[in-house]
Amino acid sequence: MDYLLTEEQQMIKDLCRQIAEEKIKPVAAEYDENEEFPWDIVKILADSDIFGIYLPEEYGGMGGGVLDLAIATEQLSWGCGGIALAFAATGLGAFPIILYGNDEQKARYLPELASGKKLAAFCLTEAEAGSDAGSIKTTAKKDGDHYIINGTKQWITNGGEAEIYTVVAITDRSKGARGASAFIVDKDTPGLSFGKKENKMGIRGSATREVIFTDCRVPKANLLGKEGLGFIVAMKTFDNSRPGVAAQAVGIAQRALDEAVKYAHERKQFGTTISSFQGIQFMLADMAIQVEAARALIYSAARMIDSGARNVAKVSAMCKTHASDTAMKVTTDAVQVFGGYGYMKEYPVEKLMRDAKITQIYEGTNQIQRSVIASALIKESLA
Amino acid sequence: MAEKEAIRVIDEKCTGCTLCVKFCPFGAISMSGKKAVIDLAKCTLCGACVESCKFDAIVIREKEEKPAKAALSSYKDVWVFCEQKKSGVQSVAFELLSKGRELADKLGVDLCCVLLGDSMEEACGDLIARGADKVYLVDSPKLKAYQDDPYTRVLTKLIAKHKPEIVLCGATTIGRSLISRVAVALETGLTADCTGLDIDPEEKILLQTRPAFGGNIMATIISPDHRPQMATVRHKVMKEAVPDPGRKGRVIKEEFPEDVYMSRSKLIDIVEELEETVNLAEADIIVSGGRGVGSKENFGIIRELALSLNAAVGASRSAVDADWIPYSHQVGQTGKTVCPKVYIACGISGQIQHLIGMKSSDVIVAINKDPEAPIFSVATYGIIDDLFKVLPILTEKFNQTLS
Amino acid sequence: MKIIVLIKQVPDTTDVKIAPETNTLIRDGVESIINPFDMYAIEEALRVRETLGEGEVIVVSMGPPQAEEALREAISMGCDSAILLSDRKFAGSDTWATSYTLSQAIKKVGDHRVIFCGKQASDGDTAQVGPGISMHLDIPQVTYVKKIEKIDGKSATVERMTEEGYDIVETPLPAIFTVVKEINEPRLPSLKGKMKAKKAEIPVWTAEELTCDENKIGLDGSPTRVVKIFTPPPREGGQLLKGEPAETAGELAGILKGLIIG
Repeated sequence: MDYLLTEEQQMIKDLCRQIAEEKIKPVAAEYDENEEFPWDIVKILADSDIFGIYLPEEYGGMGGGVLDLAIATEQLSWGCGGIALAFAATGLGAFPIILYGNDEQKARYLPELASGKKLAAFCLTEAEAGSDAGSIKTTAKKDGDHYIINGTKQWITNGGEAEIYTVVAITDRSKGARGASAFIVDKDTPGLSFGKKENKMGIRGSATREVIFTDCRVPKANLLGKEGLGFIVAMKTFDNSRPGVAAQAVGIAQRALDEAVKYAHERKQFGTTISSFQGIQFMLADMAIQVEAARALIYSAARMIDSGARNVAKVSAMCKTHASDTAMKVTTDAVQVFGGYGYMKEYPVEKLMRDAKITQIYEGTNQIQRSVIASALIKESLA
Repeated sequence: MAEKEAIRVIDEKCTGCTLCVKFCPFGAISMSGKKAVIDLAKCTLCGACVESCKFDAIVIREKEEKPAKAALSSYKDVWVFCEQKKSGVQSVAFELLSKGRELADKLGVDLCCVLLGDSMEEACGDLIARGADKVYLVDSPKLKAYQDDPYTRVLTKLIAKHKPEIVLCGATTIGRSLISRVAVALETGLTADCTGLDIDPEEKILLQTRPAFGGNIMATIISPDHRPQMATVRHKVMKEAVPDPGRKGRVIKEEFPEDVYMSRSKLIDIVEELEETVNLAEADIIVSGGRGVGSKENFGIIRELALSLNAAVGASRSAVDADWIPYSHQVGQTGKTVCPKVYIACGISGQIQHLIGMKSSDVIVAINKDPEAPIFSVATYGIIDDLFKVLPILTEKFNQTLS
Repeated sequence: MKIIVLIKQVPDTTDVKIAPETNTLIRDGVESIINPFDMYAIEEALRVRETLGEGEVIVVSMGPPQAEEALREAISMGCDSAILLSDRKFAGSDTWATSYTLSQAIKKVGDHRVIFCGKQASDGDTAQVGPGISMHLDIPQVTYVKKIEKIDGKSATVERMTEEGYDIVETPLPAIFTVVKEINEPRLPSLKGKMKAKKAEIPVWTAEELTCDENKIGLDGSPTRVVKIFTPPPREGGQLLKGEPAETAGELAGILKGLIIG
């Protein structure tokens, strides 16, 4: 389908696809097996200016928006949903600075993110605060020109690998939801440490760790926006980043579709290729419909966000939910098309199914997304 | 203006039959208004369309200013450049001698060798025994190992002095580096990597046949108005000349002033890499592994069979790309072209790019699980089975009887 | 100081398939690419620029107008500028005429210290143009270069691949190097490079601008002439050995022994 991409977006798409095909796809299974961090791919992405796609030109970026980010994430995820996260999670960590950073903070952090010299990570989730983000326990106590952060963040993508962490912590518990604030924390800050790397079901080419703050002194200059904005920063960040998760899901789904179509042409049963059976044909057709619909919703939502529209939480949640549910369905069907071979690690589709699952869970479970969508609907109906 | 084009369609003669469209190997001809139109950007002037046209509607422009035939006829004899390394004449030279002898006999002229090196006189006898009537020997310590500048100068001067009508050279790294420079210096034609050479019985000119377009088509090339006619010839395609100790010939020593031997670049060292025990291009037997081998470790099974046969180990591009074996073992379009007596392809599907590199082997054996693998279409002997079942038995059998 | 890379646009032969019935090429959907060996030349030129910390990488191609795409791709990888040599008068050039024409262009560019090209083009496989240029320009050449050990503005020490291993050769500059696959891994384009490539103005030089001797270019300047093109006869399909592995392997071993010993 023609999404009327700009020339620049088409270039991003082509280049990311080339990287996915030539550099990521051949090593994806290996990273999935070893769980190593894909620094060689990070270097390629950096050299190709991919890290700067969504960052402002004045800070060394390419000046693109959420759509550009989604296009890149989709193509890279086609190669490997896990490896693509080194890039996409940096976007998540960078959004608080793009959205709420002051000029000095932007000038200090964005150029190194744009060039890919440093990766970023976003730290919100805790052991007792998943969907219920409001119940985070990490605190940031003001002490002169510093804040002292204490607490443990859980399941942080790029944790331990990133140099720049954007962290949400409670500055004033008495203020409830308005008592949280967001900070930028450099990796080398004393008191910052990391837990062991998690052993995950999918996206194993990405690094997921605990990020531990022990009397971690962060200069006041690293406060994003002002005190009390913590959850607003988080929500606005997610509004911007969810099309990225959706794009990751659709990239995985597209790959599953491509693999299934290819296999259906090759595999012979009852003396003919299985693609000649209507049962398989209908499955492939349904997979294609879902993938294309998910992509169309993502691109529309991304364009709306890029246009500066104000209430984007609903469309952002919609595209994430729809794309991730699609990815789960389509990758499961791809395994089915492959039959017994699909269940074997020798073939690429079981990994796609494992990788797809997380997209229904992180950056807000699809149940939370549906709550967001429903409350927006109710609010709109009352307006 | 139209007459100035290198190739053109005579519209009055073109009937729009589209035969030429089918014959063009480069997709350069299309139909427009029921007439053939040639896209000059794609056309290589190969002439396939001219031959195909039943109505003589396509013409390639003849060159202007043909040199006088008399000037060309002052060139005589067939020359073979004999490459030597470490004072050993390379086997490709012996192959050229057998072909050169045949060409010289057809033309009724002498077959001459050119040998450059240091203290190479002893080798001349063998060259005469293998068919040379004359050997031009240039002996100097400065010519001990190949270097571009002195070799180019010496060969150019020799050719200019003695005026051979044909000069043949092996299509080796040295041959290709040297002879292209000599051809430019002499302002004459050169055809690379020939697999067939013959004399046109009427015109008495050299017909040089070579693979083109990755070996999918063959082209016959001539150098009608320039002398000498020069060609590099692919190694292992022609048979080696057999020595006849009774043959007589002359050794003609040539000397040049010192500055002719001068080299701008300096050869600092010659390094031989011993890891590859058998040179792939020289091997009589090659055992090759492809994607079906499955892993780096599994290549051991290929090596064991190769060892039992004293064969070289080859590989397809996919095996090399997967890092199972170094690139130096790659056979095919982007690797080496080989022509052994026996080529055993194990777990190689036989993509066209691989076939290009090995399909002129005398005997091809294919072992592959997939009965539809294209490799079977070129195989002399095929076994549709798991290579891991077949190879160990083969290895054992050879170890028993050949040891 | 200028570093010149010579590239050729070729059909992507990895796409080429043979129609089994007619034994002819299937050309549909065959894309044009930069000759794979020239990709290594581009990469090495960029690396030399990085090593020297100076220099301008200029990529030159002779071909039809659409060869401009190949030049733009080279710019997207990081080359500074590009020149296309295109003229109907160049049609029908063999390697002699091609190396002459490219040499004229290099002379016009001027100030060339290092010239790179791939060891050969994947469509012609002649490996004659690089050495031809070294002769036309009267500069040293090193062919089949697999490593540049050392380079400064005045000289270079390189490894030349041979059948048995490699030679170490030191050469003064300017010189021309033809490179092999082992020398490097070509980089991908960058987004900024792609944008630069899109906007880049690529001058087209004709025979006139190159002050070519018209008797040395195109058909008239080409000593060789193709007289016949034919498809090689397909190899005869062979004999299938059937049975259990022990049987087939035994039969094959018998046949091969006869061949090898006999």
